[in-house]
Amino acid sequence: MSGSDLPLILGIETSCDETGVGLVRGCELLSDEVASSVEQHARFGGVVPEVASRAHLEAMSPTVQRALDSAGVQLSDVDAVAVTAGPGLAGALLVGVSAAKAYALALDVPLYGVNHLVGHVAVDQLEHGPLPKPAIALLVSGGHTSLLYVRDLATDVRPLGDTVDDAAGEAYDKVARLLGLPYPGGPPIDRAAREGDSGAIHFPRGKWGDGSYDFSFSGLKTAVARWVEDGERDGRAPSVPDIAAAFQESVVDVLTRKAVDACVEHGVGHLVISGGVAANSRLRELAGQRCADAGVELRVPRPRLCTDNGAMIAALGAEVAAAGLPPSRLDLATDTSLPVGQPLAA
Amino acid sequence: MLILAFDTATPAITLAICESEGGAVRVRAGASSVDARRHGELLTPGIRTVAEQAGVALADLTHIAVGVGPGPYTGLRVGLATGHALAGALGIPCHGVATLDALAFASGRQAPFIAASDARRKEVFWARYEDADTRTGEIAVDRPADVETGGLPVIGHGARMYSEVFGQDPEAAEPLYPSAAALGEVALRRLLAGRDLPEPRPLYLRRPDAAQPGAPKKVRQWQA
Repeated sequence: MSGSDLPLILGIETSCDETGVGLVRGCELLSDEVASSVEQHARFGGVVPEVASRAHLEAMSPTVQRALDSAGVQLSDVDAVAVTAGPGLAGALLVGVSAAKAYALALDVPLYGVNHLVGHVAVDQLEHGPLPKPAIALLVSGGHTSLLYVRDLATDVRPLGDTVDDAAGEAYDKVARLLGLPYPGGPPIDRAAREGDSGAIHFPRGKWGDGSYDFSFSGLKTAVARWVEDGERDGRAPSVPDIAAAFQESVVDVLTRKAVDACVEHGVGHLVISGGVAANSRLRELAGQRCADAGVELRVPRPRLCTDNGAMIAALGAEVAAAGLPPSRLDLATDTSLPVGQPLAA
Repeated sequence: MLILAFDTATPAITLAICESEGGAVRVRAGASSVDARRHGELLTPGIRTVAEQAGVALADLTHIAVGVGPGPYTGLRVGLATGHALAGALGIPCHGVATLDALAFASGRQAPFIAASDARRKEVFWARYEDADTRTGEIAVDRPADVETGGLPVIGHGARMYSEVFGQDPEAAEPLYPSAAALGEVALRRLLAGRDLPEPRPLYLRRPDAAQPGAPKKVRQWQA
């Protein structure tokens, strides 16, 4: 089905270290270009905000041009501009929002300042079509770990639980550093874990069985640090594959258990998992098993769409425009802690 | 030529639309305000307002000129990101003008002087000028006491903040901030004279603050 009668949405994402620009019509993905500054942050073991902001400014115009070229459209074809208004790094968000406002003003089209977290859920529509209503969404990345009840992407997203300390991806980065693995920690831990025995060590499951949908990964990270230090004291070489596998099992066990429990409790038949950690092979595998056992349909976008990108912002912009919500004003402010319950920034 | 000029690299947000006819330059409309924390909110609505006041459609613009700093980075990037995107959408060139050059030009001075803006961390961005339109050296960042003024008057917000160090009356620091009317006029006069204008790239003059991490903290207290 052609969506050529639907508005062409330009999406801009600069909340962290990826400059993302995407073009979308409805649920149709036309282009998705990302310029990442991750390599500039690697030696610091985490994202340096000023480095990220500088990289966004450098990358913005060329990335917009690449997105237009690969979609085979011109800026003058764009019908609306969507941009991440928050949550994210203040200086980084401001680069994308400033550019988006200027495009909207110069093209005389509506501007939509949208929520990065809800964008991670909306992106699934570009791969699997319209999201069934309602759905449960598990959003796991380096900055966020949220369980959401999604009745409507544009108007009704309710938080069920969140991390009380570290995000899941942050725990991967910190444990990778303890094990001498590179940043970002997700891919190397995932690879190392395939060679290890996840039953060799039992690490704690944070907020396991506490009746909430919240998460905690700080204690798990400390437990791994203790294990490594105790090994040093006792002259026992740590098995990186075993530690990686046991750590990863603890993370994905809690994530998938609580996500599937939420589906069952709320009688919801669809679970979306998105965010950078959704690229994790063990998370996909265990979520698949548990969803199948519970009769829940699992939707996980391909890894490229799970990490930060502009197409997810365009996808949410398309939803917001289709819902007929009023566009953002040109004095739209960024909001570093925009609540997930606000798909469209005030 | 019809140019939209703006600068967000100081606590001020300043915008103007300037026009050249023959060799003359006139300011069609301009606006300035001082609100160091709201550049991102105020700039784009300000552009729309100034264009309306000037009776100009954005599509009629032929050039954009934007202040490239140096100045506090977050505000500076608001101006540059806006300039890049506007120019891309309108299909016109975007040029850079050093923010201190716009401040210097706004002073209208005929004799040598120094322009200084607040660089935070008890430092100033500064440069030496032969007259309002002629900078004679590179822009630097230094502690006020390390600026070799050579007894020249110092203008700008940096001069006001550190008037005791510079040994002059705080009132002598005017103008404190650049004006986009001056920035637009500088850009137009340089274009008319066939001079190259800088790329619209930020003058940061400092590296990002970032430290490489040491070894992970120990979580256990034990005797080796």
